[in-house]
Amino acid sequence: MATLARASADQIESLLEAAPPLPGHRVIRGPEIGLTMLRGRAGGDGAAFNLGEATVTRCSVSLDDGTLGHCWRLGRDRRAAEIAALLDAALQGPDLHASLLAAVVEPLRQRQAQAASLIARRAAATEVRFATLAAMR
Amino acid sequence: MKPGFADTVFGAQESFAALMEAMARPGRIQRCEVLTDLPEGLTPAAAAALLTLADAETPVWTDAAGAAREWIAFHTGAPLVGAPRAAQFLLSTGAMPALAALDAGTDEIPQDSATLIVQLCTLTDLRGWRLTGPGIETSHRLAAEGLPTDFTAQWAANNANFPRGVDLILCAGDRLAALPRTTRIEEAG
Repeated sequence: MATLARASADQIESLLEAAPPLPGHRVIRGPEIGLTMLRGRAGGDGAAFNLGEATVTRCSVSLDDGTLGHCWRLGRDRRAAEIAALLDAALQGPDLHASLLAAVVEPLRQRQAQAASLIARRAAATEVRFATLAAMR
Repeated sequence: MKPGFADTVFGAQESFAALMEAMARPGRIQRCEVLTDLPEGLTPAAAAALLTLADAETPVWTDAAGAAREWIAFHTGAPLVGAPRAAQFLLSTGAMPALAALDAGTDEIPQDSATLIVQLCTLTDLRGWRLTGPGIETSHRLAAEGLPTDFTAQWAANNANFPRGVDLILCAGDRLAALPRTTRIEEAG
C-alpha cells in the first residue's frame, strides 16, 4: 500500500496496461482532498508538537463483490488515489493478488527503491567526515 | 458498503438547510431526498440528518445494526458509543430511548445537549398533536406513528427542564420535522 501511495497515477496506469483487467467498482467516498496535521517530536523523549499541515487525498471504493479498498496519500492526485484504492481492493482477492503484485506493485517498489538509493548515494558523496578532518590536522 | 453523499459539500448543505428550516419552524415537514441508495434499515431523511450533523468530534449512539451501523461509522467518522447518555447525536431506528436517559446539557451550557433523530414509519401534518411555541405563529398539527405511548408525558418533562433539554428530529422516509425543546405538545382529536 505504501508503494501504491507513493506512485503517481501515470506510473500505475502504465503498469496496469500489462496487468489483468481490474474488476468493476463503485466509489463510496471521495476522492476528496483534505489536510492532516503532521506531528513531530524532538529527539526520542521530546514532547509531540505540531510541525505543520499536509494535503492528503483519500478515496474508498467497493468492488462489485463488496470488497472494500481504501487509499490515503499525500498530495492532491485524485486519480492516483482512486486507482490505488481500487488496487487495494483487488489485491485482497485470491484471484488477482499474485498477478497484480507481480505486474504492478513489484515494479513500482523496485523503481522507488532505485530512486531512493540514488538520492542516498548522491547525499553520501557529499558527506564530510569530521573525525577524519580532525585527524588530518 | 453503500456510498454517502454523492457530493459531500452540496449534499450536506442541502440537508443542513432542510434541518435548519425544520428547527426554525417546529412541526413543519421538510423534504430531504439527497440520499437514495442506503443500507437496509436506514431511511433517507434520518440518514442524511445524521451524516450532516455528526463528525469525528461528536459521539453518536444508534440502535442500527449490521450494514447500517458500519455505514454510519464509516461515513460520519464519529465514535459510536454504547450508552445513550454519552452521545451528542442519537439515531433511533427501533424503540426510542427514553428522553430522560439522554444528555440534557447543563444550565450554563444547555446547547451541549443531545439531539435525537427518530426514524418513524409515518409523519403527517394533517392531523394529530397541536404544537405551539417559538417558531409557530398560532398552532401546528403533527402526527407521528411509532413513538412510545408515554411520549407526550416524556416531552412535557423535557419542556419543564428548560433551558436544558433534548431536541428531536422526527423522520419518516424522505420527510423530516423537528421538535426543539421549546415546542409544546397538546394531544388533540
